Amino acid sequence: MNEMHIIVLIKEVPDMNKVKFDAERGVIDRSSAPGEINPFDLNALETALQIKEKLGGKITVISMGPPQAERSLRDALARGADRAILLTDKRMAGADTLATSYTLASAVKKVGNFDLIICGEKTVDGDTGQVGPEVAELLKIPHVSYVSEIREVSRDRLIVVSELGDAYLIELKLPGLITVTKDINEPRLPTFKDKMRARKAVIDKWTAEDLSDVADINKFGFSGSPTMVVKVIIPQERVKSCQIFKGENAVKDLVDIFEKKGVLK
Amino acid sequence: MKNESEYSGILIFAEQQEGKIHPISFELLGKGRELADRLGEELSAVLLGHNMKDVAKELIYHGADKVYLFDHPSLRDFDIVLYKENIVDLVKEIKPKFFLVGATHLGRSLAPRVAAALETGLTADCIDLQLDEKGDLIQIRPAFTGNILAHIKTRTRPVMTTIRYKIFEKMKPDTSRKGEIIERKVKLIENTGTRVLRKERERTVNISDAEIIVSGGRGLKKPEDFKLLRELAELLGGVVGSSRPLVDQGWISKDHQVGFSGNTVKPKLYIACGISGSPQHLAGMRDSKIIVAINIDPSAPIFRVADYGIVGDLYEIVPQLIKEIKKRKFGDD
Repeated sequence: MNEMHIIVLIKEVPDMNKVKFDAERGVIDRSSAPGEINPFDLNALETALQIKEKLGGKITVISMGPPQAERSLRDALARGADRAILLTDKRMAGADTLATSYTLASAVKKVGNFDLIICGEKTVDGDTGQVGPEVAELLKIPHVSYVSEIREVSRDRLIVVSELGDAYLIELKLPGLITVTKDINEPRLPTFKDKMRARKAVIDKWTAEDLSDVADINKFGFSGSPTMVVKVIIPQERVKSCQIFKGENAVKDLVDIFEKKGVLK
Repeated sequence: MKNESEYSGILIFAEQQEGKIHPISFELLGKGRELADRLGEELSAVLLGHNMKDVAKELIYHGADKVYLFDHPSLRDFDIVLYKENIVDLVKEIKPKFFLVGATHLGRSLAPRVAAALETGLTADCIDLQLDEKGDLIQIRPAFTGNILAHIKTRTRPVMTTIRYKIFEKMKPDTSRKGEIIERKVKLIENTGTRVLRKERERTVNISDAEIIVSGGRGLKKPEDFKLLRELAELLGGVVGSSRPLVDQGWISKDHQVGFSGNTVKPKLYIACGISGSPQHLAGMRDSKIIVAINIDPSAPIFRVADYGIVGDLYEIVPQLIKEIKKRKFGDD
């Protein structure tokens, strides 16, 4: 029997606490903050590492992004992934979630022979959470979203807890895809030695052309994206005049308001 | 590109769990009704479940002209592939111009699969929908941690979008409204790859539906101090909320988290205790009807969105508040 093969899809995102918004161009100014692995994707990678520790096998990480996203893939290798592939090409730029999913799904097809794909529940910059389920659909495999716990794992199925408002216990037959929440685990940190090793590792770089045997490259990037941002608005901060209560009657004054507004029933 | 003129009307996904319609579905009907009337087109809902005929009527009372009903025991629980297959077939046949889905976890799992199968665009988590002069849909969503609003158009049909909960108003149900319930033959699939084994646990609190929320932030010194906020919340008939740092530290479960990456809330009264008001928190609660801020720092951003405030230590103010409210409610001193 072949070994278990897990694919983790990751995205490099800017540190959202530091990044600035370019109001004139209406885009995130990615040069204003260093890139890092999307925090939710670290939970996806950690999930893969824990399954590998249990069942053996190998982990491939795939990312689509500009050439500098290589550093996030090195980080993933340092944390324990076995192989890293960067999909990078100007023709992939400007992709919405459908074009992104199509490109990632094409790369998965080219890699072939996988048992499980793991994604973070969403990215902190795009915040859609759509790419995981769209990739699953394009690959015609089942998926479970918002997985907060893996109860059982074997070569041909997972039993997971999925947060759908209430939490449900769901069986997923493999090959399949899951998206995981932040609660699923605590991602490990790479050691210094691991980082040094990853610095020398080889990262496969695939262009649009490299995927042309499995994909229609016109469906990549901006040209393959059905949605487009037509306008960006920076909302004027609503000026609310806050009434501040002061002194020893402050609490009484506030409760007066509660009474007046019918809050105290 | 597909011929746009073939597409007409608005379809909404009616979400049910355990036979109960999620209120987001009524909100979608409320907004869908408004858009459909302006376009002069039809508003339909698609509902999948088991023994749902009576429930389907509720969708008509809330504004639907037609309900496409898929009723079968195998649809009782959410089965992603089975739901997707039946919805995709319906959409291909009835060709709605717009297809709206609630941005619940279930909706956000289902909608991308449907969109990918239809090879159409999907915009996530919208907070407003507008029509342009040509009747095309402008989808408005917050981006960049809620600091900007992106206006998005889709050049494929149907235009698909997920809509945030508690944004649109539902219609007052009108039991005299007439509409058509169309029962559809259910496409069954032997082995879809997923199976619900059981419900694992109920959520501990449904904060999005709460009318009164008392939230704590980094002004709290230790996890046990949520007790203080809980007492105030219970006195007011409300629930406890939290800003993200305390959830990240494991002081309280994520069900309680208010903010851009947690739950969006719109209660009648929101009392922020020791919350400075990060953009990420404000994005989740700024539409509350009355906002009260209690914070030791008068320059805290929370006061800029609050209607009323008390500058002071929550450990002094909150007990006084509890005492004063008890006095007025129960007359004891």
